[in-house]
Amino acid sequence: MYKIYANISQIAGDVITVEAEGIGYMEIAEVSTQAGISLAQVIRLDGKKVYLQVFAGSRGISTGDKVRFLGHSMRIASGEDLLGRIFNGSGFPLDKGPHLADNLIDIGTPAVNPVKRIIPNKMIRTGIPMIDVFNSLVVSQKLPIFSIAGEPYNELMARIAIQAEVDIIILGGMGLKYDDYLFFRDALEAKGALGRSIFFIHTAADPTVECLLVPDICLAVAENFALAGKRVLVLLTDMTNFSDALKEIAITMEQVPSNRGYPGDLYSQLASRYEKAVDFEGAGSITMLAATTMPGDDVTHPVPDNTGYITEGQFYLKGGVIEPFGSLSRLKQQVNGKTRDDHRTIMDTMIQLFASYRETLEKRSMGFQMSSWDNKLLKYGGLFEREMMSLEANIPLEKALDRGWEIMGECFTPEETGIKRSMIERFWGKS
Amino acid sequence: MIQKRKGIITKLTGNMAVAEVDGFIVQNEVAYIIHGEERLKSEVIRVRGRFAEMQVFEYTRGIRIGDEAEFTEELLSVELGPGLLGQIFDGLQNPLPELAKKCGFFLKRGAYLEPLDPKREWEFTPTAKEGDRARAGDKLGFAPEMIFKHYALVPFALKGSLDVVKIAKRGKYNVKQPIAELKDADGKRHNVFLSQTWPVKIPIKVYAEKLKPATPLVTKMRLIDSLFPVAAGGTYCIPGPFGAGKTVLQQLTSRHAEVDIVIIAACGERAGEVVETLKTFPELTDPKTGRPLSDRTVIICNTSSMPVAARESSVYTAVTIAEYYRQMGLNVLLLADSTSRWAQAMREMSGRLEEIPGEEAFPAYLESRIASFYERAGIVRLNDGSIGSVTIGGTVSPAGGNFEEPVTQATLKVVGAFHGLSRERSDARRYPAIDPLISWSKYKSFIDERQMRRGHQILRKGHDVAQMMKVVGEEGTPLGDYIEYLKGEFFDSVYLQQNAFDSVDEATPAERQKYIFDFIYKNILEANFSLDDKAGALHFFQSLRQLFRGWNSAAWGTSEFKKIETEISSAISQRAASKKETGHV
Repeated sequence: MYKIYANISQIAGDVITVEAEGIGYMEIAEVSTQAGISLAQVIRLDGKKVYLQVFAGSRGISTGDKVRFLGHSMRIASGEDLLGRIFNGSGFPLDKGPHLADNLIDIGTPAVNPVKRIIPNKMIRTGIPMIDVFNSLVVSQKLPIFSIAGEPYNELMARIAIQAEVDIIILGGMGLKYDDYLFFRDALEAKGALGRSIFFIHTAADPTVECLLVPDICLAVAENFALAGKRVLVLLTDMTNFSDALKEIAITMEQVPSNRGYPGDLYSQLASRYEKAVDFEGAGSITMLAATTMPGDDVTHPVPDNTGYITEGQFYLKGGVIEPFGSLSRLKQQVNGKTRDDHRTIMDTMIQLFASYRETLEKRSMGFQMSSWDNKLLKYGGLFEREMMSLEANIPLEKALDRGWEIMGECFTPEETGIKRSMIERFWGKS
Repeated sequence: MIQKRKGIITKLTGNMAVAEVDGFIVQNEVAYIIHGEERLKSEVIRVRGRFAEMQVFEYTRGIRIGDEAEFTEELLSVELGPGLLGQIFDGLQNPLPELAKKCGFFLKRGAYLEPLDPKREWEFTPTAKEGDRARAGDKLGFAPEMIFKHYALVPFALKGSLDVVKIAKRGKYNVKQPIAELKDADGKRHNVFLSQTWPVKIPIKVYAEKLKPATPLVTKMRLIDSLFPVAAGGTYCIPGPFGAGKTVLQQLTSRHAEVDIVIIAACGERAGEVVETLKTFPELTDPKTGRPLSDRTVIICNTSSMPVAARESSVYTAVTIAEYYRQMGLNVLLLADSTSRWAQAMREMSGRLEEIPGEEAFPAYLESRIASFYERAGIVRLNDGSIGSVTIGGTVSPAGGNFEEPVTQATLKVVGAFHGLSRERSDARRYPAIDPLISWSKYKSFIDERQMRRGHQILRKGHDVAQMMKVVGEEGTPLGDYIEYLKGEFFDSVYLQQNAFDSVDEATPAERQKYIFDFIYKNILEANFSLDDKAGALHFFQSLRQLFRGWNSAAWGTSEFKKIETEISSAISQRAASKKETGHV
């Protein structure tokens, strides 16, 4: 019953044009070329002309090749059978396992009705003080890690995934280096987490456009599990590659670019993926961590910039540590009032003092004389960097808070910290 | 019965569809694309010959060339009437709680529900009599809605002076039952209901005159009310980079602002934030009325993952509802978060229409659209002499946090106050992160003008000294300047900054603001202190700051409040200098 057409009239970039009738927008087709079969998706309809983006790229496609429309939009198998499996960016097995075609679900489903969401209220403990104390991670949060090439963002994501209490881990790789893919596999395997993980891997060697499906596939599978009551953690790395693939298609389609060549709907495109993070009323949840590499370490680049407006904060990974400035968890207030009474005080005060420390560093680098206050700050900053900021630190939240009081006690008198007297009376020198 | 005009879809990209129409086409009319069982709402946005170019308010997956479209001749409208308060709508005025009951977890496309419950009955009391004359927007009677009198208004579309031919007796009526009959100058009769529809993109202008916004609107945020006030009926904008606290600021304002009704337009932002509002407001009490905050709130939400064309209409839906309640003599505050997403929705559509792009690919009409949106704010005198207002506060999310971009610039031209958030302030955890050095307001504050000027001046001076110190170092700065710097820092940290998580400090009423500002002005800003060296000065201000923070969290008028005040006064008097000892102003 499939419709097959063999009249490709135009090939430009990774977009081909076929004359066909009765085709639905976003429908999936298979293009058979000498190199094999590739999936393609309808991205524009104009009279009889059907424009398709070919996920494997257009190289080697002949105008005489066959295009077979499948009569539906992109679907993916779902359910328990996927656990422990590894697939490519189009959902085909990369491991030795069988091809799955059961419980097919549509990808890119509609938005969740806001009234069916619940207010996020469960903290995810990671054992990293910069996260637990200063920017707590919360179930259903969508949080990117802003970073640059060479920083250990994949390591950080793997570590959080292994330590977090979740039922299922889904990894979506976009333009992932093969080494990094192996790293994820081995890291999860070493901790016995591979059996509850699913990988959708598009490597740097694959055609760029093929990574466009990865987030949608991951999130459709995640959503299916979440509706069944599971707590799912989705890791996406790297969303900048995804955005670049969007840019490539937009330019091929002669869309007016808005900012540095990116399409005007970059915000909406990213948002429709990130907004899949959810805590369902009466079902499971999806938490998302995504790597966003910033070209030229520029946070105003359109990809990190648009991402920052969409996500619920960001971890800014720089020099191998999570930077206290620029890093933010917008949902931390939902959970850090219920941990320990001094959590917020420690969080605010230590950062304010750290900001003063940075100013002092600046002053020192310009050769100014250090006052006694400056010297106190320098001592404090050193301790803070060593014991709180370092990613080596792996201590529970309560220990980290105690350590915070100790560090301040070693460096300052109570009134120098600016902490309210009632808090000082309760906690100062008590840990 | 006129035969419905039909069209056939000939082209589709993203959310733009082109239909070839059989018959005439009306610009901005609503059309439905029929795809199987589904009817997808769209709006005609350009006409070319027999072709209507439409923006589709739903996802267009699966639509085919050859699908039918039905044209309605009606402009995109909202239904106005009792039952709006406490409700949560999407950008097309679909009530989301009812939609969830019907469709479950997801927003099913093509599902449109009645915005106002047609079965619900309201206790109507007439105020007009048969034989009275009335004009559009005049009150004919009222029905209680929450704590307000929801007036039945003469339909805004009617022209001239009308005779009240019939008016319903006191009793229970639903929004579909006529409560009055009017006769116009031509003798044509019109039924009046408790509800009416109005096209969202046309301002409601059935008032006597628009006045100058002169009364301050108290937001209970000290930085805003004391230094950069907002007026009832005025407009203001909050641009800021991501993470600087725009949304938190809007949420706090929606809770504490002294107005009758708050309309929240969550436009293209995170669903999580809307969830927080809609789940917490029913449990929070409005201190003014003692009723849940949700009773005075209408939420219009089109979050970022909802279809983009409906995002564009959501701000218009919100402002139309705001104007409607203004017609009842109420003070309405519309908070739009974020207007940049709305502008981006226009940009996406403009791109699909292949219009010639302006700066950063925004359409050339961006400025005029923004201006006409903010112009819908205002304080007005109604025909019966009562006063109502619509105040609009919009956040702007500039790309890269750069205020030079087109949306921020176009907005700054038309608003009356500018609250610019800065990354530096939020990084230093100074909340609200409104930068007092770049912000401005054209409205009048309730703080004494001389005191307010001194407040601005000390902040500037403190900043200048801080800049200078970066060059000459602390040791190269005269003690007098250093003290001015400390005063500025002190004023910033104990007055401008507010702890949103402290139940007292999160909202400061006008009376308390006046008192504290006056206290700081007299005892600290204008005072001379005998301080021997910089370390001593720093220590003095640090301990004052600690005392003040405690004062900020002490409830107004309590014995604790008085106790801390005495402590602060004595700490200050110990250091108070006779005039000649220090040389500075």
